[in-house]
Amino acid sequence: MAAMSNGSALRPGLRDPVPDSQQVFRRVLAAMSEPGTVRDVAVDLAPPAPLDRATAALCLTLLDFETPVWLDAAADCEEVRAWLRFHCGCPLVEETDAARFAVMAAPAEMPALDAFPLGSEAYPDESATVILQVPSLEAGEAVTLRGPGIEDCREFRAAGIAGSFWTRRREMEALFPQGVDLVFASGASLAAVPRSTEVRF
Amino acid sequence: MAGSGTSAGPDAARPAEDGYNFAYLDEQTKRMIRRAILKAVAIPGYQVPFGSREMPLPFGWGTGGIQVTASIIGRDDTLKVIDQGADDTVNAVSIRKFFARTAGVATTERTEDATILQTRHRIPETRLAAGQILVYQVPIPEPLRWLEPREAETRKMHALEEYGVMHVRLYEDIARFGHIATSYDYPVRVNGRYLMRPSPIPKFDNPKMDRSPALQLFGAGREKRIYAIPPHTGVRSLDFDDHPFEVQKWEDVCALCGSGGSFLDEIVTDDRGGRMFVCSDTDYCGRRREAGHTGPAAPDPEGSGA
Repeated sequence: MAAMSNGSALRPGLRDPVPDSQQVFRRVLAAMSEPGTVRDVAVDLAPPAPLDRATAALCLTLLDFETPVWLDAAADCEEVRAWLRFHCGCPLVEETDAARFAVMAAPAEMPALDAFPLGSEAYPDESATVILQVPSLEAGEAVTLRGPGIEDCREFRAAGIAGSFWTRRREMEALFPQGVDLVFASGASLAAVPRSTEVRF
Repeated sequence: MAGSGTSAGPDAARPAEDGYNFAYLDEQTKRMIRRAILKAVAIPGYQVPFGSREMPLPFGWGTGGIQVTASIIGRDDTLKVIDQGADDTVNAVSIRKFFARTAGVATTERTEDATILQTRHRIPETRLAAGQILVYQVPIPEPLRWLEPREAETRKMHALEEYGVMHVRLYEDIARFGHIATSYDYPVRVNGRYLMRPSPIPKFDNPKMDRSPALQLFGAGREKRIYAIPPHTGVRSLDFDDHPFEVQKWEDVCALCGSGGSFLDEIVTDDRGGRMFVCSDTDYCGRRREAGHTGPAAPDPEGSGA
């Protein structure tokens, strides 16, 4: 009932959930199919701080009662919790290894990627999808992506991540098919780096 | 609505019928399938289990492909459905009508006009473009199933990349027939990792999967599996150094459009051994004839109505 007392502050979700979530899904599907490409979500949304529109749209499109969600310290506030519980009905978990999705509002201070479920050898799909909200998808240090979905190679410039992030991510390539899939969000834009992508810098 | 020109060309988008959620499936099911599709794209060729729903047609009629299409399709999409290359056979017509009715989307027979193409057992002859999505209906997703019936074992074989048994099977073809006799559902390796069953497409179509600019999604409804090939992903048909992979060839050309480079169906025309070969891809063949190409058995242009 504590959340209910804040009911008047609860922000709305997608205006027209059926077409809006379909549209957002197609953007994230295109982003996952062509790693490193930046797509814009065209939905009208006023999410609770600190979530950006793309981050919030991803949550409303992909999360429900089947997906335990882990929030980093920056995203973990009462308003975000209440908003996710109300619109997605997703369990919010404290342990990184219990999460199917993770939402990072401050990825520079995030825990190691391999703290999240990587799937098993037989079922690598039972792994986490990590949503990283960053200040920009164009102004960061460039890394080069290669792999499925990329014709030759593609440059990717996410800002606001720790210096060691791509080194750690690169170490995880040896674990394939186990691993985590990354979705970057910034403002209304999103991009993805699935586990199949080789990152070089 | 049902009777007016079922296969006579493209149908514009119109309001979906009341009483259904958009594209039939409920939103929670779509979310579950969408998450499975994303994992499938992230692990090319790997079969992701999903909670396949009961659909208003029996398993074996493309329920996997329909559930994938229903989860990705939007109001702005244009849908093409083919069954063995043809737009006007019963499976293709009924699936196209299903989505015209429950989603109100535009449909087409022209390969390049479609944003989503659902297929049963063929890849169109017209080269697919970036941004298009090809959805395959899959009866048996597990390439090792006839060699190892236990799911727990085939899972382990995929985990350990233990695919020797499939090479043995192809080698047995060579030992018995002198060549690899497998002509459809020909096993491939995706991105050098997972062994994948391309659904029963003829091996003629296998090279079209390799580095295709389109996204390819595979749905198996009865077996409850989804898998995917992202664009620009290497897909290699298994073979041997001394028996390289080859596709079928025909001595004839298409009797209607004269095409010598397309997959041909054999049609028996009488009970005295008469036969002709025609393109399996009806859109490709029809458009070639429109452009003036003719084959040896083409009806004269004035009288053609079929």
